[in-house]
This record gives sequence, C-alpha cells and structure tokens, in this order.
Amino acid sequence: MLVFLIEKEFKQIIRHSFIPKLLIVFPVMVMLVFPWAATMEIKNISINITDLDHSTLSKKLVQKISASNYFRLTGLSSSHADAIEEIEFGNADILLEIKSGFEKQLIREGATNVSISSNAVNGAKGGLGAAYLSGILQEYTMEQLAILGIKPVPVIKTTESYLFNPMLNYKIFIIPAIITMLLTMLCGFLPALNIVGEKEAGTMEQINVTPVPKFSFILAKLIPYWIIGVIALSLCFALANLFYGLTPSGSISTIYIFAAIFLLVVSGLGLIISNYSSTLQQAMFVMFFFMMIMILISGLFTPVSSMPKWAQLITMINPLKYFIQVMRAVYLKGSGMGELTVQMVALIFFAVGANIWAVISYRKTTH
Amino acid sequence: MNEATIQVQKLTKRFGDFTAVNNISFEVSTGEVFGFLGANGAGKTTAIRMLCGLSKPTSGWGRVAGFDITREPEMIKKNIGYMSQKFSLYDDLKVWENIRLFAGIYGVPHHTIATKTDEMLQRLGFASEKNSLVKSLPMGWKQKLAFSVAIFHKPKIVFLDEPTGGVDPLTRRQFWELIYEAATQGITVFVTTHYMDEAEYCNRVSIMVDGRIDAIGTPKQLKQQFESESIDEVFRKLARRATRKEV
Repeated sequence: MLVFLIEKEFKQIIRHSFIPKLLIVFPVMVMLVFPWAATMEIKNISINITDLDHSTLSKKLVQKISASNYFRLTGLSSSHADAIEEIEFGNADILLEIKSGFEKQLIREGATNVSISSNAVNGAKGGLGAAYLSGILQEYTMEQLAILGIKPVPVIKTTESYLFNPMLNYKIFIIPAIITMLLTMLCGFLPALNIVGEKEAGTMEQINVTPVPKFSFILAKLIPYWIIGVIALSLCFALANLFYGLTPSGSISTIYIFAAIFLLVVSGLGLIISNYSSTLQQAMFVMFFFMMIMILISGLFTPVSSMPKWAQLITMINPLKYFIQVMRAVYLKGSGMGELTVQMVALIFFAVGANIWAVISYRKTTH
Repeated sequence: MNEATIQVQKLTKRFGDFTAVNNISFEVSTGEVFGFLGANGAGKTTAIRMLCGLSKPTSGWGRVAGFDITREPEMIKKNIGYMSQKFSLYDDLKVWENIRLFAGIYGVPHHTIATKTDEMLQRLGFASEKNSLVKSLPMGWKQKLAFSVAIFHKPKIVFLDEPTGGVDPLTRRQFWELIYEAATQGITVFVTTHYMDEAEYCNRVSIMVDGRIDAIGTPKQLKQQFESESIDEVFRKLARRATRKEV
C-alpha cells in the first residue's frame, strides 16, 4: 500500500507548477546571494575628521585613514559642533577630532591625544569602527615616532593565529548556516502545506474514509520531502564548492548521515503543524512563527554562548542548534561521528518524537 | 428480507448546543438501495459521516457491515466505499492513476488493477480519457468516475452523499443506471439526495427533518401513509414541520 501512496506523492510533486522549480531556484538563489549579504564584516565606515591642528603630521594621518579600506572619508569639519551635525544627518558613522597642538605634542612628548566619537545606533559598527580607528592611530604613532627617532613607550605585542578559519573568512562560517536554513525552510514549509492542502481540496476526507493506516500515510508524506532535502543538500555542496571553493574539512558522508536524520525532524514538524491546521493560511503562519524562533535561537547567526541563560535553555530543545553544530564542526574542524554523539542522540530523539507526534496528530475520525 | 447490514439505534451527534442528528434509529438490509432524504441542513451528511467512521457519535449505537461505528471505524472503512458531495479525487492525477491509488489503498491485488481498470473504463465508455488529468474532465464524468472508484474494490456497502448534485438530468439518469448495476452485484447502496424524483428509484427511503427521521418505508408505503401522489409531496408535508433554518 505504501508504494501506491509514495507514487502518488511523487506524481503530485513533479506535476506541481511550482515545487520542482523551487527545488532548483531556491538553493541557487540562496547560495549565490546570501553569503554576500549575510556578512558581519564591517567595511565602508563613514568617517568625518575635524583637523584643528592643520599640521604636516595631522594631514598625513588623514591620508592614512582615508587610504584604509575600512573607512570612507565623507567630510572634513571645522568644529566639533559641525561634526556632530554630520552624524545627526547620517553622513558619518564616526568622528575623529585632532586637537590643535597635535604635532607639537607628538614631537615633544612622544605621545598625543585625539578624540573619537562614534554613532552607536548600530552597536557593532560603532564599536568595531572605533576599534579599527584606534588600531590605525596606534600604527601611525609608531611609524611617526620611528621616523622622528623617538623611542616609543614599550607595549606588549600580540601575535594572533586563528584556528580552523585562519583567514577569518566570514563565508566559511556563514555557508554551513545558510545550507541549514535552506534545508529547514524547504523541508519544513512544503510538508506543512501538504496535508492541509489536501484538507482544503477535499481529498483528505476521501483518504480518511479508506482503511489506510495512519503510519503509512505519514511515512508516504515524509519520504518525498526527505529525498527533496537530500537533493537540495547535494546541490548546496556543489554550489559551495563551485562558487566559494568551500569543501567540508571532514567527511561529507558524516554530513549526509546527520542531514538524513535532521530532515526527518523538520519534515515531521511540518506535518504536525499541517495536521493541526485547517487552512493553508493558518499552517503558513504557524510554521513561520516556529521557523523564526528556531532560526534566531539556534546559533545560526549569533553565538549561543553569548545568549542569556534562558535563551540558552531554549536552544537545548531546538533541533536546528544541533544540526548547525554538526555542519560547522564537519565543515570547519573536520569532526567525525565520534565527536558528535551528543548531536546524534539529540537529533534521533527529535526525529522519533516529531514523527510519532505526526502520526498521532493525524486523525482519521473527528469528534 | 435479507439480514441488516446497517443497524442504527438512537444515534445522536451534538456540536455544542446544536443537535445535528437527533436520536435516529433504522436498519438497511443487504442489497438494498436505501434513499436517505432530507432538506439541506437536516443532518444527512453528519449521519453519513458517523456511519463511515469519519465522525464519532455523541451517543447511540450503530453497526455497519458487522462492525461497531464507535469502536471499529477502521474495520468499517475496509468494507465500504464512499463518495462525498464534494468531488474528491485527485485533480492533478490522471484517471488511471486515481483508480490505481485507491485500488492500492483498498488492497485490490496489484496484478489485477491494470486489467480491471481497463475493463471498467471500457464499460463506462471512458477508455479514451484514461490518460487525462482528472481536472480536465466535465463535472458529470468526474461524478461517474468518483462513483466507479468508490465501488472498484467491491465493497459491501457504498455511501453516496449527494452524488448527483449539480449535474444535468441526462447524467443523473446514467448515474442511477450505475447505481442499479452496483446493486445487482450485491453492493448495498446508501444514497442521500434532495432530488425527490430520485427517491422513487430507491427500494426504501427515510426522510430526515431537523435531525430526526420522520418517515421511513418503501416509496409506495410513504405515499399511502401521507396520502400523497409523489414522494415530493410527502417530503413537502413533512418539511413544513421543520423549524431549523437551511444552512
């Protein structure tokens, strides 16, 4: 009996006017656009400089800053008040004020003061901008002191080395997350709309009046989306390799094994929502609600360890968190099955739980 | 008279304060064509859904094809066919694919499905449409196809809920020919309708008013009992008592 049901699901999906296209277009779009858009690197910070010193050294500093690719010099102001106005108008993210006497002080005392003010509406941009600017100033001071032959005040030099992502390439971090998000959306929304779609079409009642076992019916709904998910994942692997030269440092089969379980979790959740909904709109909104929570509280874009304690507790019951951990561990660190047993156990638990629930919540008889 | 294949005792269904089906009792014998009449909103569909195991009764008791409607709905489903008032085959599947799907679900032996499908389509004069998508068929054909799918697995009883709603008189006639054909094969037919002329085709009819069964018997008996010329007249005499609004 299962064969007939699966055959029917596949025919319906293939004949669908939208799903086969979605299966190709969605991964391609997401993989080509998102990694560029979802970047946390701060570039092109608008800077406004108030140079009250008008000296050779202050001009050199201005040149150095505008040559940096982090900053874009958008204006020179003649007073602090003017400069503040620039921030208020949104023309500048950060202000640098070089006080008069800057050159003299630097030459005479080997140290000098400038002031930095940044617009912290976007906290990350403001904070990082100020930090970058301090770095440039530090470097500049060293250079100038060397030229002047003044021995600089001793400072601790740090050497940084970054493990697993030596170039601090943000794309390597974000692509596994984007793949996860895509699989979640594709294999969560489609099943969520499926059963409720049959309810609206009236075919659900025709099925309910047959002796079809609940388990077979749910399994037949699950399998096509599972296959769709595996295809989409393969497509993502290919695109990540082709466009970003990104291949997992670990074994690709590890990812497939975890994905196979993860896909059952999200499709199962979709089916549960579909079972409880009576209209497509309802299913859509409820699914969207859970999708938002799952994606935002998963560590996909923001580290779980920075979340408050209560949010961290919520992530414990978020299947997405475990899968994203697996994706990053395998992609970046090259972890194998041995290091990922916690995630494996969690995902199996969710897969079994969600699908038992999906079978139970499918009611052939109403009260 | 044959033994009863549908037995219903004091069956009631309430939705909140509203009593859709109020304490109905009747029997249908094997091989009968039983007409279940009533105005829109009289409770026919609710009753039929309980008999098919789609809806649990609030109280009362019923047996269909030898199984209890409350405790063994899945066993009932193995032994019946059902056609709802809303067309409910898969629009995006072809004619033969719909037949194959439902035959497969009802456990018709795999190797016989293809030949039986061809035979059936041949008999209906429908062989040329085998590969058409169901959504491209005219309404009358859809109804005939839905009926044929409902009896493809040779059920003991077939439940038809307003099967001829919205089709032309000629197709309605053809549809009733199909119903008789099924009856001669020994399938009990339980059919709801609000076309009173169709009631004359049934072996026995019941008339539902406001969730109750107010009359039951052969068309001839009912006409005598209510001193009427036709079932239509009987129905109108009964319907005058109705207090429930049409829904």
